[in-house]
Amino acid sequence: MDVLTLSRLQFAITSMFHFIFVPLTLGLSVLVAMMETRYVMTGNEMYKRMTKFWGKLFLINFALGVVTGITMEFQFGMNWAEYSRYVGDIFGAPLAIEATVAFFMESVFIGVWAFGWDKVGKRFHAVSIWLVALATNLSGLWILLANGWMQHPVGYVLRNGRAEMVDFMALITNPFGLLKFGHQIVSGYTVAGFFVMGISAYHLLKARNREFFKASFGMAAVFALAASIMVGVIGDFHAADVAKTQPAKFAAMEAVWNSCNNAPMHLIAFPDEKNECNLVTALPVPGLLSFLAFHDTNAQIRGITSFPKDERPPVLPVFLSFRLMVGLGTLFILLSAAALFLSKNGLLEKYPLFLKLLVLCIPLPYIANQLGWIVSEVGRQPWIVYGIMKTSDAVSKSLELSQVIGSLLGFTLLYGLLGFVDIYLLAKFARKGPEETHVGASNAFRN
Amino acid sequence: MDLHIVWFVLWGVLWAVYFMLDGFVLGAGMLHRVLGKSDLDRRVVINSFGPVWDGNEVWLITAGGATFAAFPTTYALMFSYLYTPLLLLLFALIVRGVSFEFRSKEEGATWRGCWDWAIVLSSFVPALLFGVAFGNIFAGLPMDQAGYHGSLIALLNPYGIVSGLLFVMLFLEHGALYVAVKTTGDLSRRAESLARTLWVPLLVVAVAFLGYTNFATKLYDNYLKAPVFLVVPLVAVAALVGVRLLLGAGNTLAAFASSCVAILGVVGTGVIGLFPNLIPSSMDALSSLTIYNSSSSEYTLQIMTGVAFTFVPVVILYKIWVYRVFRGTVTAEAVAADHEAY
Repeated sequence: MDVLTLSRLQFAITSMFHFIFVPLTLGLSVLVAMMETRYVMTGNEMYKRMTKFWGKLFLINFALGVVTGITMEFQFGMNWAEYSRYVGDIFGAPLAIEATVAFFMESVFIGVWAFGWDKVGKRFHAVSIWLVALATNLSGLWILLANGWMQHPVGYVLRNGRAEMVDFMALITNPFGLLKFGHQIVSGYTVAGFFVMGISAYHLLKARNREFFKASFGMAAVFALAASIMVGVIGDFHAADVAKTQPAKFAAMEAVWNSCNNAPMHLIAFPDEKNECNLVTALPVPGLLSFLAFHDTNAQIRGITSFPKDERPPVLPVFLSFRLMVGLGTLFILLSAAALFLSKNGLLEKYPLFLKLLVLCIPLPYIANQLGWIVSEVGRQPWIVYGIMKTSDAVSKSLELSQVIGSLLGFTLLYGLLGFVDIYLLAKFARKGPEETHVGASNAFRN
Repeated sequence: MDLHIVWFVLWGVLWAVYFMLDGFVLGAGMLHRVLGKSDLDRRVVINSFGPVWDGNEVWLITAGGATFAAFPTTYALMFSYLYTPLLLLLFALIVRGVSFEFRSKEEGATWRGCWDWAIVLSSFVPALLFGVAFGNIFAGLPMDQAGYHGSLIALLNPYGIVSGLLFVMLFLEHGALYVAVKTTGDLSRRAESLARTLWVPLLVVAVAFLGYTNFATKLYDNYLKAPVFLVVPLVAVAALVGVRLLLGAGNTLAAFASSCVAILGVVGTGVIGLFPNLIPSSMDALSSLTIYNSSSSEYTLQIMTGVAFTFVPVVILYKIWVYRVFRGTVTAEAVAADHEAY
């Protein structure tokens, strides 16, 4: 293990850990804002209780998302100094803008929302959670524009020994970044939809607070269905864009070894990296892959072997992650459609097995999010900036092995501990009904 | 207009405002166990900055982001050279943030006691490390064209330690004053009396720092060249003395404001002395990172200037508004009755 490998491992661990909390924040902020809006519009106290119950879970989750985000910003400089120096002229801008336009808004209005129930008016209180939701999604936009630039660099020239920005508009209208943003945002909404449905299902199974959780479930089911359909639609456009901009990644996603026209999609396949072929292929749909990628059944798909060996991503993890992600995405559409149907017709409690299934499904959208990022980031290898800079050239020169071993151990232990506590608290407050969430405050005098 | 200078000023302002705002959270965090005799008192201290601490920390993230966007080479070298101290800083900031959120979500005394100690430690470590880091930056880092020749131990040189102590003392005083202003009754009185006690060692460390700076750094050269800037350190010293006078007059709010000015002044004093360096080299002046040799291109600086001058005023407006929303004191009764409190 060298500094490069350990730094990559550390970036993978810290970003994947960060990304346990971010998708839920993206989606639950919007869902809670919708609940509070209903309360303001109807005056129905149940929606206020809903806002507070789901809001509490939102805050517990939010805390870890925020603090683990700082690590991401610092790491570019700490472990990837050569990268930061080489591309900072264009890559630093979206990060600074993210902090200025999104993080300030998010952090200020989350304070107003969490502590301001009696300090600001009812309407403004609802506005403040909408501002949090807006800021959270806006921060997603800027960080994905930054990532989109690493995937498909635009608006720069190589000058003065580095990549310099020459066209800011190109950076912020980069189709790669915008598609990624769209795909990611609705993936976050899917996580939130299944999170709320799953926890509501748990309570419905126990027949507690039935009206409350039926109403929560109903809102979440609409949200989850709309979001999971959008995930598929935008994902399709995104994949087609990848086929054009990152043909090597696309070939790995589909395990296409040899370039061919009229490429079929094999419903079953398993790649053999060593022998540069597929161990098994079965159930081909003729021309489908060419059609999906270029909307033309005769289009050529470049195979992995058409790329030099040192410009190929690892095929197996990219292929498997992509397949599994697409499979899960399809499952989410079916499950949320069924959930919406049962919820609309008041049949939820007639199908306890379905409710149990939804409880078990809470982790699945999280897994799908992580798989998507594996496709995106492992599939981009060996490049850190596609076609411009290799990951191996990006690592800090001043680092010593002992420093990175220490930091990797530290992050693993600290994140492990905090993640455990956070999930424990989420589970604890999720299990309690809406009436019992006030631990701490009301008990203060007893201690 | 030289945008390099604009961004140097912005860079200094971002750090100064960050220390002014997070300084009282770090200080109150270090002191909450001492000041809070009961569990409820400790919660009052934590809730006194509850709605604003996260927004204050964003100034640090923005300072980091601004360094990245405007001075990418400085960002890259500063963060990789100071790897281990920054790592400890990160760990502390992570622990601090979750401690506020987690602490009162369980009732057990052991649970809360653990998180209380976590808050104390994770507030002390950043205060000390920021001071040590800035002291070393003021003095210059051992770097040349071949790279960095320092280590964590080397950062703990006498000047680095004095500078670290100065930051710790400034934030302790700042935090005590904040708690005195934002709380009531015995808790507020204890905080006020602690602020008086802490002021004496603060002054000793500040004088030592100012004197030592003359020998350990070249910060004062700029003041000899342009004496008009001496107004900044003079304001800092006056504000520091003002803290004690205003405390004596029983006006804690004005004393806190004076402490804000003192922190802005101390950071300003250092930053002005650095110009045009961002990080001087202690080995070879040509290897210093300056606002010219480590900056982004003119085009990027223009874009970022547009962004900063459009959005930062908006941010400042709603930050002022939020402090107005949460003005007034935080009482034990209010915290005990509020189900959403930390």
